[in-house]
Amino acid sequence: MPATATPDQIEQTIMDQIAKLGPDRDEIKRDSTFESLEIDSLDLVEVAQVVEDEYGVQIKGEEAEKLNTVGDAVDLVVQRAS
Amino acid sequence: MRQDHEGCALVTGASRGIGAAIARALAAEGWPVAVNYRSDSEGADRVVTEIEDAGGQAVAVRGDVSEPGAADDIMRAADERFGPVLVLVNNAGTRADGLSPQIDDDDWDRVLETNLSGAFRLTRSALRQMMRARFGRIVNVASIVGQRANPGQANYAASKAGLIGFTKTVAAEVARRGVTVNAVAPGFVETELTKGVDQNGFVDAIPARRVGTPEEVAACVRFLASDEAGYVTGTTLTVDGGLTA
Repeated sequence: MPATATPDQIEQTIMDQIAKLGPDRDEIKRDSTFESLEIDSLDLVEVAQVVEDEYGVQIKGEEAEKLNTVGDAVDLVVQRAS
Repeated sequence: MRQDHEGCALVTGASRGIGAAIARALAAEGWPVAVNYRSDSEGADRVVTEIEDAGGQAVAVRGDVSEPGAADDIMRAADERFGPVLVLVNNAGTRADGLSPQIDDDDWDRVLETNLSGAFRLTRSALRQMMRARFGRIVNVASIVGQRANPGQANYAASKAGLIGFTKTVAAEVARRGVTVNAVAPGFVETELTKGVDQNGFVDAIPARRVGTPEEVAACVRFLASDEAGYVTGTTLTVDGGLTA
């Protein structure tokens, strides 16, 4: 993880990436479910790849399956990156 | 024909035989081609020269696809020279024949690692770039031995049948990203790999009454890699002169 990456930046990265996959950026909140945003498992793979490239954090398939909300994903990455 | 995609094609095991023919065919289609090889650097250089002499672009990339770390290194080398790999042809293959009771662990592992695990690792690596590009073509070179019995090749058959199953599932996973995944299943094709295999009797069993050429397999790959084949995915195109018809 780059020394400058903060939880807020990680949240920004994840939300920005989700926005590239369809939903309006304004719609994406911490408590938004992936289902409500119409983000499917393949979309999450793409988000996970960006997270891995940016922060060196790997999210396995079975972990991704348990993520319901944007906040779940952010918390997992923040925890791993610290 | 190839349309305006910024990237390149990577063909594994492309220093000779079917792989070399595929590399030449994709280059003729306009793709810059990364010509992967394991040990035959002279062969790979020859393929690169042939492509360049014909007005195309190519680079030889060394790497043993059976080694776990090799896939990322090969992809990186191709990317650094020509940009993201948008066409991946998993062609590298080996065989170690024997009746099942005589196949030792090393011969089993070597064939599976090269023919199947190598294709998996390269596919995994390439899909990152293809999904981002919303375009990709993966073609796995299987074999009719993955579809019907061929005593003496249980390890090879398992690897090629595995490739066909792998092809179908990955195709279904990534179809909505504009990435297609298909296989070709050559029958008896005249290459180094099939040298020494007794052809007597084989040819009589082939409705076309002849063995195939690497170029005939390459033509099928060329189609599956084209823009026109965008709605063809998860399928296996058999190229065997009617042998399994």
